[in-house]
Amino acid sequence: METLVYIALFAPFVGSLFAGLFFARSPKNIIVGIVNPALIFISFLASVALAFHVAEYGEVHIKMMDWISVGNLNIPFGFLVDEVSVTMMVVVTLVSTVVHIYSNGYMDHDKSFNRFFSYLSAFVFSMMILVMSDNFAGLFIGWEGVGVCSWLLIGFWYHKKDVTPDINPAISPSYAANEAFIMNRIADLGMLVGLFLIYWNVGSLQYDVVFEKLPHLADGLLVSIAIALFIGAMGKSAQFPLHTWLTDAMEGPTPVSALIHAATMVTAGVFLVIRANPLYSLDAVAGVSYFIAALGTFVAFYAASMALVNRDLKRIIAYSTLSQLGYMFAAAGLGAYWIALFHLAAHAFFKALLFLGAGNVMHAMDDELDLFKMGGLKKVMRGTYIYMGVASLALAGIPPLAGYFSKDAIIETAFNEGTYILWFSLVFTAGLTAFYSFRQVFLTFEGEERYKKYGFHPHEMYKYVLVAMSPLAILAVVAGWFQETFHEFIIAVLPDYEMSHHTHHNAWWLGLLVLAFAVSGIVIAYKKYAQKGENAFKQDAEVENGFLYKLLMNQYYVPYFYVEFIVKPYTVISEKFWAIDKAVVDGTVDMIAKVLYRTGDKTRTMQNGNLSSYLNWMGAGALLLILAAAVSAVMG
Amino acid sequence: MIGISHYLILSGILFSIGFMGVLRRKNLLMLFFATEVMLNAVNIAFAAIGNYYGDLSGQMFAFFVIAVAASEVAVGLGLLIVLYKKYGSLDLDVIATMKG
Repeated sequence: METLVYIALFAPFVGSLFAGLFFARSPKNIIVGIVNPALIFISFLASVALAFHVAEYGEVHIKMMDWISVGNLNIPFGFLVDEVSVTMMVVVTLVSTVVHIYSNGYMDHDKSFNRFFSYLSAFVFSMMILVMSDNFAGLFIGWEGVGVCSWLLIGFWYHKKDVTPDINPAISPSYAANEAFIMNRIADLGMLVGLFLIYWNVGSLQYDVVFEKLPHLADGLLVSIAIALFIGAMGKSAQFPLHTWLTDAMEGPTPVSALIHAATMVTAGVFLVIRANPLYSLDAVAGVSYFIAALGTFVAFYAASMALVNRDLKRIIAYSTLSQLGYMFAAAGLGAYWIALFHLAAHAFFKALLFLGAGNVMHAMDDELDLFKMGGLKKVMRGTYIYMGVASLALAGIPPLAGYFSKDAIIETAFNEGTYILWFSLVFTAGLTAFYSFRQVFLTFEGEERYKKYGFHPHEMYKYVLVAMSPLAILAVVAGWFQETFHEFIIAVLPDYEMSHHTHHNAWWLGLLVLAFAVSGIVIAYKKYAQKGENAFKQDAEVENGFLYKLLMNQYYVPYFYVEFIVKPYTVISEKFWAIDKAVVDGTVDMIAKVLYRTGDKTRTMQNGNLSSYLNWMGAGALLLILAAAVSAVMG
Repeated sequence: MIGISHYLILSGILFSIGFMGVLRRKNLLMLFFATEVMLNAVNIAFAAIGNYYGDLSGQMFAFFVIAVAASEVAVGLGLLIVLYKKYGSLDLDVIATMKG
């Protein structure tokens, strides 16, 4: 079993090194395009084998080597493959495999083809470390690793020029990459504080040791640890107010958006909360848990509302990711950890599919993202239409697709806990979700062929790419059917969550209500955007000038707020400090250099090659020495 | 009566003359003369002090100095001749080639 764990973990790493070391400077090499997906696929197979092993024999816990061993500090490189991590491993490697194959088609003409695969595999490796580590330190390494890789990948097209925010809100890929990185750094500080608090009070970072000792700690301390760790989770999972980076991260290549900003990296925060469930289920931190649920619900609604009006194909999907992450946090905060994990897995499948479909559209439309310039693409892109349709149905929660089961379970949980405000917000958001996802699908594929007006010549993606996407499509449909199997599998490590009898009795109308919201969302979207002819698409000037529309379109002015009240003052302060720094620190260093330089320059003239003047200097020196000797003799 | 101090004063004067010659002269040959003057000023002092203390080491030392000076002159003059052939002059300002 140990070998399988190492294969699952290191196959992506080997892929990254393979592409990075041997092909970094060479032009597109098809070997990289074959070997790297194959290695990720091997990792996937190993993960599946481990999943079966874990289901039968329980967790695998191995220690590879001592990593940090200083005094009392002992942090081993250990890996824990239990039900939670193996679920994550299978999801990550499966989505990664598809994305790797997909990238072959999508990055076909990119001159940095090999570099892209190197980063992508490195990302998968970091994510595997994150989920497989048996201690918080290893988790943090993976956490930072995915941060770095996402920076590299978002800024992959770093050569793109800056444009003003009214053309592109993220300005440029390098801007977006920096924004993501810096926001995550801010959150990581919280996480680090949490880790220090744990180590300080428990004396270990191993999960099993920590969770065993946690109940004996003081309440205030537990709350601080819970808050600090959740701040870390907020950054990685882009929860309000650290959410702006996620939509801007859409500047990266689309496979990156599918892999990182939908299926894997952003779920790391949810994973952390699930992993730390013994902490978050303590009575002492009930307040924090409830806050997590409330924040999750808020973000679910908040992000969905912004997705309603956006015109950018990828940004809408990014908002929906935010929104679904909110759902996961709501479930985790309410104590239904296994439901959160279930939604995480199901969401990974249909969201990756949705993004890859959007990538196909972008590929066909020469990177055009404005929905209002598309329309009627179903004729040329039937395969993609089916995929995106299926993914959107799953996202909207239409039975019997995956999203129906997982999202419904979350909404039921909120009802079961008696938090009716959260429950209704989540139900309403489900309606919004259905509307915006189908608004996007219909604007893209149905209605008039507006793209002709703009001179696009769309074409379907390569066959093999469409075939490679099919596992995701199948899973987006069937994943929900395995809810019970998954439930039995996962409660070995996660606390069970059962609905009360009262909820059971009401489950049928609760489900129907959600469904009604979802269906009406789709119907409204269809009526408004899928028709042909004159009414097909009218831009409603009155609505667009309305306050609400502007508010949503400008993302509640949160990015503006950040720029005006954080970025600009910070720039001003930085410039001031820069001036001080230049005067004091640089000044001191420069002065030393200048003194030496000037002394050298002045005394240089001594070396004029004239023996006579040398002798004069020598004589003067000798006199000086005699004088000094005489003075010291006289002084005694 | 000529005492030790007269010798020493003579030696000092000669040494100063030689020293000034080393500092002020521009001709290499003259520099050699000046160094010889200085060496011999020291020889006078050695001999005088040796005699004053009734110790022969001073006079012995003077002989050594004379021997060293002679060999130095032999080598030095050889070099001077080469230098003169090369530059056509022994003026220090002329033969200085370094640009400081």
